[in-house]
Amino acid sequence: MSRLIVARIGPASSVQDGGRHGAQRYGLTPSGAMDRLALAAANCLIGNALFAAAVEISPFGASFTARDGAVRVGLAGAPRNADIAGRPVAFETSMTIADGETLTLGFAKGVIEGATKGATKGAAFSYLAIEGGIAGEAVFGSLAVNTRAGLGSPYPRPLQAGDELHAKPASGAAERRIELPAAAGGPIRVVLGPQDDEFSDESKALFLDSEWKISATSDRMGYRLEGPVIKHLHGHNIVSDGTVDGSIQVPGNGAPIVLMPDRGTSGGYPKIATVITADFGRFAQIPAGTGFRFKAISMAEAQAEAKKFAELLRSLPDRLRGIESFDLNIEALHGANVAGSAVSAVDAGTWHAIPVDVTTPD
Amino acid sequence: MAATFFPPRLLPSGDSAITVEFSRIIDDTANQRVLALDRALQEAPIQGVTEAVPTYRSLLVHYDPTQIDFAMLGEKLRAAAERPVSSEAKARRWRFPVAYGAENGIDLEDVAKALDTTPDDIVARHVAGQYRVAMIGFTPGWSYLSGLEKFLHMPRRENPRLQTPAGTISVGGVQTGIQCLAGPSGWHLLGRTPVRTYQLHRDPTFLLEPGDHVTFFAIDAKTFAEQDRAAEAGEIIAELIAA
Repeated sequence: MSRLIVARIGPASSVQDGGRHGAQRYGLTPSGAMDRLALAAANCLIGNALFAAAVEISPFGASFTARDGAVRVGLAGAPRNADIAGRPVAFETSMTIADGETLTLGFAKGVIEGATKGATKGAAFSYLAIEGGIAGEAVFGSLAVNTRAGLGSPYPRPLQAGDELHAKPASGAAERRIELPAAAGGPIRVVLGPQDDEFSDESKALFLDSEWKISATSDRMGYRLEGPVIKHLHGHNIVSDGTVDGSIQVPGNGAPIVLMPDRGTSGGYPKIATVITADFGRFAQIPAGTGFRFKAISMAEAQAEAKKFAELLRSLPDRLRGIESFDLNIEALHGANVAGSAVSAVDAGTWHAIPVDVTTPD
Repeated sequence: MAATFFPPRLLPSGDSAITVEFSRIIDDTANQRVLALDRALQEAPIQGVTEAVPTYRSLLVHYDPTQIDFAMLGEKLRAAAERPVSSEAKARRWRFPVAYGAENGIDLEDVAKALDTTPDDIVARHVAGQYRVAMIGFTPGWSYLSGLEKFLHMPRRENPRLQTPAGTISVGGVQTGIQCLAGPSGWHLLGRTPVRTYQLHRDPTFLLEPGDHVTFFAIDAKTFAEQDRAAEAGEIIAELIAA
């Protein structure tokens, strides 16, 4: 068996997959990838099941060394400068790391641009999928790390330098790229509810008409939003009810929190709206500090978008292409030149390092 | 506003879940309706429904919008909710040992003082209660129990504790609860049970189901320590009286 050694990795990077479903009634949160499309694309590149476990890499740089044989991987999600033993490689392609070689990934470019230029697009999380999947022991059908519940395999915690992922020896299959649709821009679409009647029309309008930023004190449990204070009509305590990925709850201080895959299964703050399924990954990828807006759409529109999104996921295998290696390397080299020294402009220590408020049972 | 909504309100939780709301407040009738609808969905599954999560006052129904849409599922859920509530004969009855007070329940004395009685009286009242698992949530195995007698209702602590022990039995507001994992809590800690409501690599991983009945009985600290070790090794300490 080959091994992929985590030589270097930033905080809040972990093994994630499609999540652990079916036990929310027992308080077990699903966890799973922040950006399901990027996870699926990375897996698709190397012939894995779309929601197989992969490494979710936070905006910081990371490097991985192959041992005891070559390891074939697929890279997708937030673009970064990437090279194997100094040879540039491109995102949204598969690649083989020879025994002893190291794949080195830079800081997520979108995060740098967001922090330095106020760019309105960019992404935070990248996915490294390993051919044949990551070896581990599934709990409720999932290897996804859920630190609070002590779940996840091979490590029930975020990855650290020195960790080893066991993998099948590289198949030697021809490398491929995947053609994804151009990243959608525009506002993050929401469906109002379930507790939008806990807010006045003015508060709802303020929520929908304002520019928001994701606070640096965000994590896989929740993204805190910075913007105007959203007031409640009847106070901020409701009797707990169930939550979903993308529930936008408004606690007593009026600063909304969007619940992410490590959310509690129930919560006691009014939820003004919910991010639609098709936009959840795009929302999860918005770097801290980057401005964005919400837009309310109807249930019928949201469900039509959910169907389109499911269709996009299903179509991924049809989007694989052979690699015209020359063109791609030029592109990767171009990317490598762009980055320069911008990494130092970002204070890495502030990003996703501080947990969201301690919550207590309701 | 009425305490319970019947038929229930159907609230959108995004494009892939419906909150079926029976009440806005903690209400026993509403919770029984929630649990009845949950049972109904288990007995007669609706195509496209992936998961149901009961809470005190609502049932969150997760579904796949490529299989069924909001309007169609809403109709089916309303119809299911209108069927007569099936008998609770199948609900299981558990007895949980609890070491009350001292290091296992650091708030017992303060609770007694606040309620102007003795710690023994608090324990006697707490073990006399017939409780039902109203919901499980927050963290794995955290079981919220309804049926706490009014005398023991207490506002939560103003300053929640960041760390409270695994197995804590506590009271908060109108509820009592069984906390499985160590973690933060703003409730008043009365004691600890060696029973793990959630334990990996044990069959079953989750001991309690929403709707199960639970009573408590007192054990001493030495028994707790012994049973805690046995539970750690995978033994199920709770007594199942009826299934």
